Parts: sequence; structure tokens; C-alpha cells
Amino acid sequence: MPISFGIDGHTSLCPSYKILTSVICLACVWLLFPLTASAAVLPEERADSMYHSYSGGGVTIDGPSLLVRKNIGSSLSLSANYYVDMISGASIDVEATASRYSEQRDEYSLGADYLVDKATLSLGYTNSSENDYQAETVSFGISQGFFGDLSTLGLRVSYGNDDVYRNGDDNFSAQAEHRRYALSWNQILTQKLIAELSVETVADEGFLNNPYRSVRYLDPASGAGFSYQPELYPTTRNSDAIALRAKYRLPYRAAVKGEYRYYADSWGIRANNIEFRYTHPLAEKDQWILEGKLRFYQQRGADFYSDLFPYLNATSFRARDKELSDFSNVSFGIGVSYLLPERWSLFERKNTLNLHWDHMMFDYDNFRDVTVHGDGSDIAPGDEPAYSFGANVIRLFWSVWL
Amino acid sequence: MARAFFLICAAAFVSGCTATPWVAPYERQYLADPIMSFEQHPVAARYMNHVYEAREAARGAEGGSGGGCGCN
Repeated sequence: MPISFGIDGHTSLCPSYKILTSVICLACVWLLFPLTASAAVLPEERADSMYHSYSGGGVTIDGPSLLVRKNIGSSLSLSANYYVDMISGASIDVEATASRYSEQRDEYSLGADYLVDKATLSLGYTNSSENDYQAETVSFGISQGFFGDLSTLGLRVSYGNDDVYRNGDDNFSAQAEHRRYALSWNQILTQKLIAELSVETVADEGFLNNPYRSVRYLDPASGAGFSYQPELYPTTRNSDAIALRAKYRLPYRAAVKGEYRYYADSWGIRANNIEFRYTHPLAEKDQWILEGKLRFYQQRGADFYSDLFPYLNATSFRARDKELSDFSNVSFGIGVSYLLPERWSLFERKNTLNLHWDHMMFDYDNFRDVTVHGDGSDIAPGDEPAYSFGANVIRLFWSVWL
Repeated sequence: MARAFFLICAAAFVSGCTATPWVAPYERQYLADPIMSFEQHPVAARYMNHVYEAREAARGAEGGSGGGCGCN
């Protein structure tokens, strides 16, 4: 089951449709009042071939990602992405209740961006496929620069539809729908400072839990003092996130970025994260660009999360997914980008080699390490040590500007 | 509330083309520098957002624009 990439959805559909109607109205205003002045620009034409790897907590997920973007004429930009997650190992959940596994997720994305005066219209389609999870997402976006291109407003809506299956159980089949509404305002503030405000509402509806995962409850009749039963989530989830980010060009040729995001949802989860990034070119021609990053994340877990329920069927909804618990993580990362000399460059174009490494440290407050019971220890249920682990994330990619 | 916000935005678009930018296009050389993009590498940024979304409950508002000055 998935490392779900995706897009998530909601309870009452009326507010969603209101927002959708407003977005369409605004798009009409855009098209009815074509503005003059300097035109927007299409994204850079480039091809990226990346090897990515996440390794930590007993799991390794790696694979390739190929992203190509090319213009057709002066108004249309097309993009295609092929992405693979190859998953192997056993996370702590799996270690406790199931056996090691391996699987693969393939994802294909197609996108088109079309310039109309100062507006950019975007369409996207994504298909994700695993042996027990199929997902499709379509999206539409519009962005426009105004106030002499000091400001750029962007709107994006997407709809995703997932089919969920359970390996080994041919009778199990479920669906989930996801709707996302995102608004971003990008603002040039001074000659050296740019900022962006982003707001996004996500609405999920359907089967939202993992069909394999279990919660544990106190059971004096069992040898360890606890037993497991399947988790059960609400069938709707609404979330809101707001983020403010800014980038500043230092007096010498380098840039700092700061970002803060606040998140809240109808499951009672509240989260904050803050990130700082420093970018430093080593030479005027960008032969080497170095980057350092520091990020802090903290969340309060879902209302229906518990590491250990008092008895069987103790609550209407129940979860023991560590991603829904109270936890924090600190991560730092470094990256380097190297501009290849012309004699080594393909197609006589700009070529770069890039390597980024991030280390993430997760500390869970109320998710306990039940694997200690495997050693025949006499630790009482609920007294196990809190779980923590570190993960390494690698992105190694080669980019060619087409 | 949402409708009022969108109407204000719409009004801003219609009238905004006459505004004089306080940072003129010829003053944006620092902002045009690639190091001023919020995300320089789309393929890498997309992947990190995927990692965060898979490991943390929070999602959304990751930002979609490239930053810079829109004048390259």
C-alpha cells in the first residue's frame, strides 16, 4: 500500500463547488479583460534525469524520475514526467504485524501550459499505479502577472480518484476522491526581496485508511498483554494550509530563503514547519552552486490516534499510524550543483550535475516501539520506549537545458 | 467571504495594469538571477514535497511558482 502521493479530499461538497464556481468566474474575468504590458514567460525548457532515494526506519524507497519540458511555438509548453518508487524493507508497523515486502509504484504525468497575454493556463494529468492502488488526478491552473509584473496571482484546482485494493483479499475494493484548491500570491517587494503567500484547501472523501494497518489494544488474555485490530478512519477529511515564504538576495551574490507553514484539519491535526535555505554560487559563471538547508516540523496528532487503546472497539474511529501521532522532525540538507564544461556537455547546451543530501530525524511522542517485545522483555504495554529514527534522502540528477 | 475576496482580486486585475511598479523592470537584475528562484530544480522540489507528504500529516501550500522576476 501506498506511500500515497496524492491528493486528498472532503466531507461537504457544497463549499468545494462554491470555490470552484468562484475560480471559474475569476478565470472568465481574466479572459474577458486581456491586459497589456509585458508578457508572462513559459517555464524553462529542460530535461532532468534523477535518481532518488529515501532510506530510514527499515524502509528503502528509491527509483528514477525523468522530467522533460519543451516548448511548441512561443505560447505552449508541454511537460512529461515518469516517476518510480521501488519500495523494499519493513517499517516498524510492518515488523510488528506483517512480513517484509517489496513493491513498485509507477507514475506518469503530463502537463501543458499555455500563454494568453499575461495569463498562463495550465492543465495536468497524473496516473499512479501499484498492484493494490490506482490513482488518477486531473488539474487546472491559471496564473497572471499584474501591477507591472510585481505581483503574480495563481489559482489551481485538482480532482483525484483512487481505487484501493488489498493484496490477498479479492473481495476488498474501495474508492477515495480528493479535491484540492490552491491560491498563491507572489510579490516583488524590493529590488532584492520577493515573497509568496500560499493557501490550499484539501478535501478527501472515501476510504482513507490503510487496509493493512492495525491498531493495538490492551488484551490481558494475550501473551504480550495486547492484541491488534484493523484501523478505522473517518471517510472525510478537510484540511487547510497557509504558507509564507520569502527570498532575499544578500549584499554579495548569495540568497537566503525563509518559509513558514501552518496546517490544520478536521481530524484534529495541527502542524507547523519552518525552513531556512542558503544558496551560494562559487563563481560568476555558476560553475558551482552550493546550498544548505535547515527545516523544523512539529505536529499534534489526530483526535482518534492512540498508541494503545484500552480495549477492543474502544472508539468509533481508531488509528495507530505514526504519521498521525504527535511528533516532530528536524532535517538538514546540503546540495551542490556543478555546471559541466562545454567539452563534456551534451547537445552543446547547458548541462549540470546535481547532488542533494538531506538527513531527517523523527522523534515520536506517543508512538511506542513495540518491537522490544520480540526479545522476550517484560516491559508492560504502554511502557515501551518512544520510537525515533533517522532517514537519509538523496537526489542525484543531471539536467540539460534544451 | 470567499466570493468577496475573489471579486477584490478581479477588480485588482482590471485596474492593476495602470499601476506604476515601484521596482521597475530594469531594476530587477538581482531578482532575475537563477539563485533567486524559490525552487531552482522542479524535479527535485517535487520529490521533496512527496517525501514530506508521505511522512508527515500536513499537506498543501507547498508553493508552485518559481519566484524570480518573471523577466528572463
